[in-house]
Amino acid sequence: MSALLDVERLEVGFGGRTSAVRGASLTVERGETHCLVGESGCGKSVTALAIMNLLARGGHRTAQRLTFQGDDLLKLDDRGMARLRGNAMAMIFQEPMTSLNPAYTIGSQMTEVMRRHKKVSQRVAIDRAADLLGQVGITAPGLRLGQFPHQLSGGLRQRVMIAMALMCEPQLLIADEPTTALDVTVQAQILRLLAQLQRDLGLGLLLITHDLGIVARIAHRVSVMYAGEVVESAATAQLFADPKHPYTQGLLRCVPVPGKQRQDEPLGSIPGTVPRIGPGFEGCGFRDRCTFADATCAHAVPHQTAAPGHDYLCRLAP
Amino acid sequence: MFRFLVRRLIVALLVAATVMTLAFILTRLSGDLAISIAGPNATAADIEAVRKAYGLDRPVLEQFLDWVGRAVTGDLGNSYFFQTRVSTLIAERMPVTLTLGLTGLSLALLISIPMGILAAVRENTNFDRAVQMVALIGQAMPSFWLGLLLMIVFGLSLGWLPISGTGSWEHFVMPGIVLAFSAVPALTRLTRAGMIQAMASDYIRTARAKGLSRASILLKHALRNAAIPVVAIAAVQLGFMLGGSIVIEQVFALHGVGFLAWESIAKNDFPVVQAVVLVLAVIYVALTMVSDLLNAVLDPRLRA
Repeated sequence: MSALLDVERLEVGFGGRTSAVRGASLTVERGETHCLVGESGCGKSVTALAIMNLLARGGHRTAQRLTFQGDDLLKLDDRGMARLRGNAMAMIFQEPMTSLNPAYTIGSQMTEVMRRHKKVSQRVAIDRAADLLGQVGITAPGLRLGQFPHQLSGGLRQRVMIAMALMCEPQLLIADEPTTALDVTVQAQILRLLAQLQRDLGLGLLLITHDLGIVARIAHRVSVMYAGEVVESAATAQLFADPKHPYTQGLLRCVPVPGKQRQDEPLGSIPGTVPRIGPGFEGCGFRDRCTFADATCAHAVPHQTAAPGHDYLCRLAP
Repeated sequence: MFRFLVRRLIVALLVAATVMTLAFILTRLSGDLAISIAGPNATAADIEAVRKAYGLDRPVLEQFLDWVGRAVTGDLGNSYFFQTRVSTLIAERMPVTLTLGLTGLSLALLISIPMGILAAVRENTNFDRAVQMVALIGQAMPSFWLGLLLMIVFGLSLGWLPISGTGSWEHFVMPGIVLAFSAVPALTRLTRAGMIQAMASDYIRTARAKGLSRASILLKHALRNAAIPVVAIAAVQLGFMLGGSIVIEQVFALHGVGFLAWESIAKNDFPVVQAVVLVLAVIYVALTMVSDLLNAVLDPRLRA
């Protein structure tokens, strides 16, 4: 049986000047939480938007394979894709404050997605919306349905976004840094909620984050992105125990671990920033920041397998 | 909301009071009213008689308070020229001006909202640039000149439309177009800018992520937000149109309030002039309030 979402060698360019995603591959299985990590600007969000075909104007995607539940997404036209979005595959975003339309009530925005995709009455849609608001931990759902977005806090709005994404019982939920814009205490609540919903509903969850603490707690599988490529992908425990790519190793050194980290020792960091890469770039994108880089890194980046299901892109031996 | 309304109402009353004072002072500054009413062949005794008959011999302050006192009860005095009540005169002429104004505004909205949406959807294409060019030309074109051009082409050369009077709906087509032309540029640009901003917003990305149809994304989600300033400005534009139709009513010989104002100024019929200025000012202030109310109705954030 094919994976829920299968992305192979995805490329995204913006007007031929920058290559935002360069041959990224990843799969999400049914009922799996797959975390996509990496620092800002490495192409995580663009990958998610490209999968949903929601790229901003000027963005262009190609891929060797892009299938969802076995269906080829590359062959779907705009209408075909719109039939899937919000229905079998849903997405929530980083900015809960601006992601809801200020002119319509929560109820109207939640029911509209269900009435678009399922043949149900307004009554049924309202009941489902109220039920889901309850499930995402919103008290007095009946009151909230009649309210406008500006009457809700950021955390509540993100809960509404999650509930709205679940209206049509999607198989896949893509969450693009859903907690970055929220208070720390609210962040934890939202993540617990996502993890719990994922388990309860058997969702395939593609969670984009740069918080490795979250990853360790809820991910089944992790893909590390750097400069538009997935440089390492493994089961969570495997990746944390035995990171192969120098970038992954660097990322893990940036996270303080209680007990292991000495107070007087500075926390690790990776010098430099993600390079801006144009079309025709060759070799390893990380070589300028990598302490193990040598002359061969400018040409070839071998794809290696450290263990079954643990792949990485680097010349270094497993 | 209630406090907001009360505040707006107080401002509106202050504006009306200011306009009344200014209208009164300006008509007095235009010269000795008794002389102009009595006419060029009048003797000094005639002028004195006129001054007495119209109460112009009283102290200015007394005349003002008398006029204001009557005006607030709805009595705007009598016209010197037509020998009828000013309020009757304005009420007779108002339908023509209102018809003209509403025709102009409807045409303006019918043209500028679709043009603005299309220009926004095709941002930076030739269509978009053409729309902006037309808007620029429209802004720069004096309305009397456009009126005369239309008259020459559609009235005289083609003979499709009547060039003056108010007999049928056809009489309102050309003046309506001219009046609409004055509002189209601003409304089109506002719609275009609003739509571009809305389409780039996060909630439109959400709407797309929900798989909504293109029509729903454009018209339900984007236009609803882009329309808020457009509707507000449209209400104010109607005020401009009602007051600014003086030129067009003149060009097309439409006997509306604007035409009345022009006639009365020419004849020194100052109670009518004062009253027209007051009525138009009150309408303008009222429309500004309507504009604020529409804003609040359309934008839930302002309702709190």
